[in-house]
Amino acid sequence: VEVTSDRFREHAARALRDPELRRAMDRAGGAFVERRRDALARLGTYEALRAHAAAVKAHTLEHLDHYLERLAAAVEGLGGRIHFAADAADANRIVTEVARAEGVRTVVKSKSMLSEEIGLNDALASAGVEAIETDLGEYILQLGGDVPSHIIAPALHWTRERVARLFHDRLGTPPDADPEALTRAARAALRRAFLRADMGVTGVNFAVAETGTVVLVENEGNIRLATSAPRVHLAMMGLEKVIPRLADLPTFLALLPRSATGQEASSYVSLVTGPRRGGEEEGPERFHLLIVDNGRSGVLADPALRDALRCIRCGACLNHCPVYRQVGGHAYGWVYGGPIGAILDPGLLGLERTKDLPQASSLCGACEEVCPVGIPIPELLLEHRRRAASQGLDTAGERAAIGAFAFVAERPALWSSLTAAGRAAGQLLRDGMSLRGGWLPLLSVWLRERDFPAPAQRAFRERWRAGVEREPVNPDPPRGTS
Amino acid sequence: VVGLKVALFATCLGDQLFPDAVVAAVRLLRHLGVEVEFPEAQTCCGQPAYNAGYHREAAAIARHHLEVFSGAEHVVVPSGSCGAMLRAHYPALLAGDGRAGAAALDLAGRTVELTTFVTDVLGVGDVGADLRGLRVTYHDSCHALRSMGVGAAPRRLLRAAGAELIEAHDADVCCGFGGLFAVKMPEVSSAMARSKVEGVVATGAEVLTSTDAGCLMQLAGSASRAGARVRAAHVAELLWEGVQRASGASAGGG
Repeated sequence: VEVTSDRFREHAARALRDPELRRAMDRAGGAFVERRRDALARLGTYEALRAHAAAVKAHTLEHLDHYLERLAAAVEGLGGRIHFAADAADANRIVTEVARAEGVRTVVKSKSMLSEEIGLNDALASAGVEAIETDLGEYILQLGGDVPSHIIAPALHWTRERVARLFHDRLGTPPDADPEALTRAARAALRRAFLRADMGVTGVNFAVAETGTVVLVENEGNIRLATSAPRVHLAMMGLEKVIPRLADLPTFLALLPRSATGQEASSYVSLVTGPRRGGEEEGPERFHLLIVDNGRSGVLADPALRDALRCIRCGACLNHCPVYRQVGGHAYGWVYGGPIGAILDPGLLGLERTKDLPQASSLCGACEEVCPVGIPIPELLLEHRRRAASQGLDTAGERAAIGAFAFVAERPALWSSLTAAGRAAGQLLRDGMSLRGGWLPLLSVWLRERDFPAPAQRAFRERWRAGVEREPVNPDPPRGTS
Repeated sequence: VVGLKVALFATCLGDQLFPDAVVAAVRLLRHLGVEVEFPEAQTCCGQPAYNAGYHREAAAIARHHLEVFSGAEHVVVPSGSCGAMLRAHYPALLAGDGRAGAAALDLAGRTVELTTFVTDVLGVGDVGADLRGLRVTYHDSCHALRSMGVGAAPRRLLRAAGAELIEAHDADVCCGFGGLFAVKMPEVSSAMARSKVEGVVATGAEVLTSTDAGCLMQLAGSASRAGARVRAAHVAELLWEGVQRASGASAGGG
């Protein structure tokens, strides 16, 4: 998968000029935010659940080798096969080998960001295996030759009108079909795919080490079908998805749907515990669990960044991020966009290829506020910025400017005289010279879409000395406490 | 609490671009019986360097301000963002340095945002201002709200003054300023400001107010470019105007 995360600003500027995207983002707008707020208001125990979830995740990451071994042993004990992949190429090789060994020609897939991360569909196509996306949003994107822009709502950036045009071309629905008719058309096409598929490939929301259970959370029922209709089920997970015990699961099942869509519960929760056993009438004959590293162990080994691996992919940080909501997910230039992407992608891919992402934030803190596992996202953004600066990934101009700024800010006399000179220059500018002359690069950037306040005649410090300092204190102050 | 003495941290934006707001803060505090000092060696809190990833440079600026404010019982800041720099980030920046780290924690404990100082330290919920008939909308500065817990205090003071407080649907959404973010990602920053200005205009308020000059500069700059007729004023300015109106006094010098 191509990485263009070093060009966020360029992508974002283009996104802001795309009327179709803006329409889609505006419509998606506040619905997730409002539903989440209402759902949490009804929950009452949110803070306790959040603290518990954060603690379970932090503990699991501390002892990840232990829990992964237990998970692997449990899955094998159930008759499933365990595969470990070090990177994307390894993961793709394993899936295609499983497909070949199992005689698979058609795969139905559930939405899996990990499969996007490793570029699985292309790898399967190269191996002659047809892969069909069965999540409605992913199905739209696959038909339209596009990629997801949101962790849980992959086609968020598509308007329903655009979907109607696509389905008209590809599925023969009327050009003005409504969302219900479009969904029915997709459902009919997908039902045929489920029935002829040899293998279901799914992601994993949680993998329970104690029991070897893979937990899948969804609303469309496509995962339920993908894990039961085909004779083979391959589930793939990033190595951070393991949780210790089944008893830990209710906390996460309370937090995930509420944080993601504001639902009290998702429509389907599937707990897949190994392949079909004797006497059972449903479920796959063969079960494979693929555990993928692809950069995660590097993040795990880095204490300052490790918290990013707590993420349960609810998407709340995206829904609440005022930057994401302006530009959408593609601007981030890789699979994971929004605040979580801005801290995770540099960890997985390295800062050099993703250097714009830690800058793609006003540090407003809305992401941390809504994160159900308490990832301190702004702190991690600042850590990436610190590393970027110390690795010289920013421009020489910025380095020089900040060095000069710090030099002056430690020297009050110099600060006073330079700021006074700056204001005097500002007065001149206001008196007729062009503010767009370009000799003040930051100001000219500011002024492209915003006005700038006219500089004050006198700074506060000058007014203080000139008389404010000597104004009296009220001897009889009010004591209102209305 | 008469006789309380505070050091004012004007902040560089307040000092250089919004001196009226800082003068209003001084007068408001004195109106409430507080003695105000202005240690003149203060400059900028260093947040631009810190947020850009230059911790060594930011730490040097932090050390300078530990000196500047070393004697003050309370450091009152008419900004949630610069206040958060002193309260939350100085201790983190200097954590590796025993003495400076301890001094930073000490300063953090003495640093308080202006409106919270009034409500929580002075225990004053009504400054004796008259803002009756004024339609105001309040913008939550992100750092005031999320790093300093400031949101109730300014609203309480404005309501007590009789202002009609009209909440924008996105009052707690970022304005897009973000310090250097405003010029590093100018397109996104400006788009964020435009969305916020739409929310402000939809309230029908005459005045947009906030605890933070940075947000006000961003929003006023965007509103003025869009031709929106809304005045942006720091909450200290509004409250001081209300005090003057209540006492029937003329505008002071300055």
